[in-house]
Amino acid sequence: MSMNTEFRPTIVAFCCNWCSYAGADLAGSSRLAYPADVKIIRVPCSCRVNPMFILRAFEKGADGVILCGCHPGDCHYSTGNYYARRRMTLLFSMLDYLGVENGRTRVEWVSAAEGVKFSETMNSFVEKIRSLGPNVRLGDLRCKD
Amino acid sequence: MQRLIDRAKALLESGEVARVLGWRKGENVWDVEPAFFASPEELSDFVYNGFCGANLSKYMIEASKLEGKTLVFLKPCDTYSFNQLTTEHRVDRETAYIVGVGCKGKLKIENIDAKGILDVQGAGYPDASEILTVKTLYGDKEVSYKDAMLERCHVCKGKEHMVYDELIGESVDTCDGDRFAEVAKIEAMSPEEKFAYFQSELSKCIRCNACRNVCPACSCRKCVFDSNKFDSAQKANTISFEEKMFHIIRAFHVAGRCTDCGECSRVCPQGIPLHLFNRKFIKDIDSLYGTWQAGAEVDARGPLTNFRTDDAEPSIVTKRG
Repeated sequence: MSMNTEFRPTIVAFCCNWCSYAGADLAGSSRLAYPADVKIIRVPCSCRVNPMFILRAFEKGADGVILCGCHPGDCHYSTGNYYARRRMTLLFSMLDYLGVENGRTRVEWVSAAEGVKFSETMNSFVEKIRSLGPNVRLGDLRCKD
Repeated sequence: MQRLIDRAKALLESGEVARVLGWRKGENVWDVEPAFFASPEELSDFVYNGFCGANLSKYMIEASKLEGKTLVFLKPCDTYSFNQLTTEHRVDRETAYIVGVGCKGKLKIENIDAKGILDVQGAGYPDASEILTVKTLYGDKEVSYKDAMLERCHVCKGKEHMVYDELIGESVDTCDGDRFAEVAKIEAMSPEEKFAYFQSELSKCIRCNACRNVCPACSCRKCVFDSNKFDSAQKANTISFEEKMFHIIRAFHVAGRCTDCGECSRVCPQGIPLHLFNRKFIKDIDSLYGTWQAGAEVDARGPLTNFRTDDAEPSIVTKRG
């Protein structure tokens, strides 16, 4: 029996309850496909995402992390995503500074009406992570060959 | 130094202040430690010399909960931290009587040791441009003051006190370097080189938490790193990413509030250049959200608790390459 050696990345997607999570629902009910490698975690606002969530996801074996929130100006809580935007910019810049490929993190603004954009974003992000290969710099390096 | 002691004595005796927060001589000449002095007699142990690098503003958090005023000696760079703590309502300005002390740059014993000058018994406190005479067991040795100075004094923010009740002593400008030169050098490396550089620096980390404990910006009563759910609370290294996680998060938690006082690097027993993390955030904040110096003014809104509708998107990091 031959092993399936094709690389299937683990992608964690933090999705805002008020937009992208509903956008993912819309993608599903519109029968738009996106890879099953994407694991969605619902958060009340993109601003809820602590930098530690992202680092922890990588540590526990994620190959890519994407944060989806409402378009700037459309936050359910008025301004949450503006703060998230600054935080994530600084965090991604720091990851780049440490020599971790910055293509493994992304922020996208996806509204509840953008099922198509959600599916396209996830497809392109998974494609990008597949091309980068497994994440070796950020993960738990124990017991792996 | 005598002027500082005399002034502290006078204020203690007049009852204007209940205690003095200053530096006390330690076992060795370079082990100067922060200390409270409750009576004029205790002040005999007070010192102020080139080894008094410690930023005393953090100790004001506890002192401002005590009865009566506290006389605190602050160097120019410490006053930024004090202002930042006042802005965050961690320190009450009314409980502090601030004596701004002059600063001619602070010394790092490792730099003196590295010159082959060992068994130091004493050191003068000349101007930064001059020669430092070090008393050792083997007689007097000389070293250029600049060579013995802490890294942070080479990129000094200036010798002006941001907040004070009175000033004692003269300052001498010590700035002779570019604050962001080292950060820019690392930014120019390839991802592999960057990773290797930080891997080798951070693998020295022994998780003593000294950088966190000394940081005036790290003033949370409950710290995320004290949770036993956090990996680095376990002292044994199990995952190669744990140290990076700790240091990224430590720097992130003070981003926008860090005054770049350089205490983290000064106290690190392993000599990890921790200021490189903080300065990277400062450099990014300056370039993306406008020049910002934490603690330069009281009650200013920090860059991470503020926003503009036309801020850069996080994808700028990838584009910048």
